[in-house]
Amino acid sequence: MKDFRYLEDVATLVLDEQKCIGCGLCTEVCPQAVFEMNENKARIVDFNACMECGACVNNCPVDAISVSPGVG
Amino acid sequence: MKIFPMDTKSDKPGREPFQKKGPGLSTTNVQIMPSLDKAGSACESEHTRPMAAYDKPGYTLCDYVNHFIDTGAGPVPVIRPELDKWDRLSTIAVRCGIRRHKYLVSPGLYGIGSPAPDSEVLVTANYKLTFDHLRSALGSISAWILVLDTNGVNVWCAAGKKNFSTRELVNRIKAVSLEKVVIHKRVIVPQLGATGVSAREVKTQSGFRVVYGPVRACDIPAFLNNGRKADKAMRQVTFTLFERFVLTPVELHGALKMAGITALALFVLSGIGPGIFSFHGAWERGLVSLAALICGLFSGAVLTPVLLPFIPSKKFAFKGIFMGTVCTLLLLPVIYPGIGSMTGAAALFIFSVMVSSHLAMNFTGATPFTSPSGVEKEMRQYLPVQLAGVLVSAGLWIYSAF
Repeated sequence: MKDFRYLEDVATLVLDEQKCIGCGLCTEVCPQAVFEMNENKARIVDFNACMECGACVNNCPVDAISVSPGVG
Repeated sequence: MKIFPMDTKSDKPGREPFQKKGPGLSTTNVQIMPSLDKAGSACESEHTRPMAAYDKPGYTLCDYVNHFIDTGAGPVPVIRPELDKWDRLSTIAVRCGIRRHKYLVSPGLYGIGSPAPDSEVLVTANYKLTFDHLRSALGSISAWILVLDTNGVNVWCAAGKKNFSTRELVNRIKAVSLEKVVIHKRVIVPQLGATGVSAREVKTQSGFRVVYGPVRACDIPAFLNNGRKADKAMRQVTFTLFERFVLTPVELHGALKMAGITALALFVLSGIGPGIFSFHGAWERGLVSLAALICGLFSGAVLTPVLLPFIPSKKFAFKGIFMGTVCTLLLLPVIYPGIGSMTGAAALFIFSVMVSSHLAMNFTGATPFTSPSGVEKEMRQYLPVQLAGVLVSAGLWIYSAF
């Protein structure tokens, strides 16, 4: 979300672009528009907007994404 | 309890036999015989009870069910899209935290409009607020609604706790024999459900393909018209002034128990003075400190959430300190005569600001943009500050009595 920003550089989001097959599902499920498609690969365009909800991790068909927040 | 509208179908609109009642016979509070309260009257039972065939001993028909439709998997209740007065009233109550944890609908399959075998299947949670939100957003759309058992919790929170999950969705699809109701193999899952659902797993385990719908139910008509495609705006969460405001009663409600205990402690602390303990002091100084508590409560649980983007800093705990400072500085001149000393004023100032800071930090759990890692970092930093602040203020408050 562009209007609301939380603490920076704390998210545990990691995208392995090597594994990405470009299905685009992460761009679909992310509620904060963290990902964008670029030449058939997903890339992180707004890292600090990540709220570690895990929607992308759950739906990535090749396990290219991970988030590992603590207990919250 | 539901009140049925007065004989709206009567051909003699002037005569409303059930409107005027003797004392104690009002049907607004007591349902003497449910059938008597229905539109029409008991004498036309065949017309007024079209769903008598669906009666089951021990069950009450839900008010939002309009009729039943026969499907390949048996009769399915078709619900109304419009909310009635009681839906609205209970929405307000639940928004205030009243019976919020028992506000649910039975999981299973429902229909809305005139659902057909080729109608879409919309998946949702069994929190009645969510259910009401969805059905009222659909308007004239005909669809099936598959309600998952999320223990009466909304889609996103339930998905986070894995109650709105792949397993629950797959099991529910099987339990309602969805393949016998619709001729396609597609379910529309709210996008925020993706936190608990793996589209690929659902497909493997049930044969149904998951299509992620928009974040907000109000975008569903546009999403469907657009060939089940959500645009970028539909895919992103928002946190408008109104969206923040409606959360504040629950924030207050959640803080009430702790506030009550704190208030008791304040009165006890306020009684400590030169004569060891004075009930007069406990009352007089207790009331003043209570004002500081309420100030902190209001600042942290209402003002900070509502004014969130306008308060400096990204850290909620700091936002609470800022807002608490503003509020307490406005309050102190008013209650200063009751405090009597600068030490006492400093004590109440620190206390009120710390209460505000803590409640503001607590609000991170209700926002749609804070990450657990960020919240953890903030808590590590500010919890000790808040605790120390409260202890220091308690010390100062006792000291100021001597």
